[in-house]
Amino acid sequence: MVIRNAKQDGVAVMKPVSSALNVLGLTKRFDRLAVDSLDLTIHAGEFYALVGPNGAGKTTTLRMVAGLLRPDAGAVSIFGIDALADPVAAKQVMAWVSDEPMIYDKLTPLEYLEFVAGLWGIAPSVSEPAAQQLLSSLGLASHRHERCEGFSKGMRQKVALAGALVHDPRLIILDEPLTGLDAVSARHVKGLLAERVRTGCTVIMTTHILEVAERMADRIGVIASGRLVAEGTLSELRQQNGHTDTSLEDLFIALVTLEAAAA
Amino acid sequence: MTSATALSWFARHELRLAWREWLAMMTGQRKRKRAAVIGLIAFAALLHLPAWAVIGRFADLRLPLDKSELIVISATIVLAWSLMLSQAIESVTRVFYTRADLDLIMSSPATLANLFSVRIAAIALAITVMALLFSTPFVDVLVIGGGARWLAAFGVVVAMGLSAAAVAIAITILLFRLIGPARTRFIAQILAAIIGAGFVIALQIAAIISYGTLSRFAMLTSDTAAAYAPEADSIFWWPARATMGDGEALALLLALGLVMLGSVMALFSGRFADTAIDAAAHGTSGRRTARERPFRAGSRAHALRRKEFLLLWRDPWLISQTLMQLLYLVPPALLLWRSFADSSAALMLITPVIVMAAGQLAGGLAWLTISGEDAADLVATAPLSPSRIIRAKIEVVLIVIAAIFTPLVAALAFASPLQATITAGAIGVSAASATSIQLWFRVQARRSQFRRRQTSSRLATFAEAFSSIGWAATATLLLAMPAAGAISGLITAALIAATWKFSPRRE
Repeated sequence: MVIRNAKQDGVAVMKPVSSALNVLGLTKRFDRLAVDSLDLTIHAGEFYALVGPNGAGKTTTLRMVAGLLRPDAGAVSIFGIDALADPVAAKQVMAWVSDEPMIYDKLTPLEYLEFVAGLWGIAPSVSEPAAQQLLSSLGLASHRHERCEGFSKGMRQKVALAGALVHDPRLIILDEPLTGLDAVSARHVKGLLAERVRTGCTVIMTTHILEVAERMADRIGVIASGRLVAEGTLSELRQQNGHTDTSLEDLFIALVTLEAAAA
Repeated sequence: MTSATALSWFARHELRLAWREWLAMMTGQRKRKRAAVIGLIAFAALLHLPAWAVIGRFADLRLPLDKSELIVISATIVLAWSLMLSQAIESVTRVFYTRADLDLIMSSPATLANLFSVRIAAIALAITVMALLFSTPFVDVLVIGGGARWLAAFGVVVAMGLSAAAVAIAITILLFRLIGPARTRFIAQILAAIIGAGFVIALQIAAIISYGTLSRFAMLTSDTAAAYAPEADSIFWWPARATMGDGEALALLLALGLVMLGSVMALFSGRFADTAIDAAAHGTSGRRTARERPFRAGSRAHALRRKEFLLLWRDPWLISQTLMQLLYLVPPALLLWRSFADSSAALMLITPVIVMAAGQLAGGLAWLTISGEDAADLVATAPLSPSRIIRAKIEVVLIVIAAIFTPLVAALAFASPLQATITAGAIGVSAASATSIQLWFRVQARRSQFRRRQTSSRLATFAEAFSSIGWAATATLLLAMPAAGAISGLITAALIAATWKFSPRRE
């Protein structure tokens, strides 16, 4: 049960706060209905993968959660904070990484991380060692003083990810973060995300690489036509569909084919 | 497919690309292209009015001309050619750096030198057609007022277009060879700005030094200029004579233009591929570094402002645009210095130039900081309210404008405190107006799309230009005729209000 817009110390709060993300009746229409009264709950410390066919509404959903799009209807709560009523407080505890790394060509990775840390109000004594550590663990230490304009897509994506992590968010939202990454870079990114989850951070990620969802996610949500058509651990999804020994890919295809037929 | 067929196919392909690039630039990539083209034609028709005002008095001129007349016509042609050359350098660098079809062309079985000869010809054609379009109102006015002999001016424009394209390609490829692809883009930008403005500014400087006025005609029609000019039968006057219908001079000019373009094709078409590949590779091979320094503390808005300043400082587009504005400020600054001791009326001319420059520069800066946000998602997901983000960006624009124009206003204050006060106020209002217009019409874009800012909204572009002109006129009139200045200010304010009314961000 969610109590909306209760005020505590001037901050709009929704209860209870045991969930990292609570989405209720989220709706967005462009030319057509992109997200259709979506309900979604993600627990704190969970790695959640959101999968679905192209145009299913994954990115639109996450952009609304991150505060980049205003929903037509519904409510979004992040660690108990009403993200629509108090977006600044909600943004303080989360980070967003899109599939197209948006960084500044004329800044070096260190300058970029200094800027991000400054935006989130992190003290230099905390953010500077964290930035150096992140660049090292992502294999960018030797490039930290080079302007990003000469970087490959993979390097740019790693800089964007470092930016998302440098302010130590409690919720990380990633939209197709592994697109265009080579195997080594993808492993770096996956390792870093897994490590964050181990330390209590919550990760929600969309991906087309079902193997990643299968191997990394605690729970998987399947979205089609703007609605959540299935959700659970891999074994729960198998049980729900009556297949005990099938891959996520087979399950996914069966689910979205059913949904398409119903639509 | 035969070689000739392949070449004609490639020529059609190049022309189609050039046409679509031009159309996108002129229409702002709107879907209603027919309406945009009709609007452009209407605009071209309207251009006949200022063309009449500028050039109508020359329509009755006939050969033979005296030296002063030859100097004025030749200077006009040199001015037009320098503007064409400036545009041509821009076009050539754009083709080198942005065409994404190199892999396809290089992997095709056609002879590359031939293909790139066609590309060079297409560049020359595009530049010439553009020059013809812009010159048509002026030539029309001359033909209507002075007869069909002025039609020869179109031939001169074609010769100028061909030669400008040839020189631009040669300059750009030589720059590549001398300083490499990383610096060429930036230097070519600066060079284009200097060439475009340099001739007029040089004439103004000469006029100020010699006659204490900004009028370049004072210089061109002076006895001194006539005394130093070559005799009337010199080849220096070919372009002027060709413009007035001298068939022999026109034929020679056209031949010269074609020979220049042919020479460039023969010399550079083989190297065009290497140059284009170097340009395309630039960005993946460039490794520019910055020295390490400790992270700095400060508020969130401070972090945003610091980032904006750093990006502006490292932005070659902005530096070249700023340089252009500063170049235009050189003559008034010189006039200020020269008139420092007296209360010359010429001093008043400084105010409109400074106010217009401030408005134009503020518009460019505001686009870069407000619309040209490369990491829009990052800034939008940061824990700052949108109003705080916008405020920090506007502060950056106003601080830069203040830093550039304060020294000029301070110098002006020693000569005329009242004029300095009015100029300072007008700079502030002009910069604020241009920034507001950019804010109301903001569209998300990458900083590298700066060139397209003037085509994203025609209304915003014209409003920005008219607001700068309006505030410049207001400041000047306030100094000379305060009542007229007040009326001009009200009209400009009404224009800004109307722009706001039609802006998409009004809500």
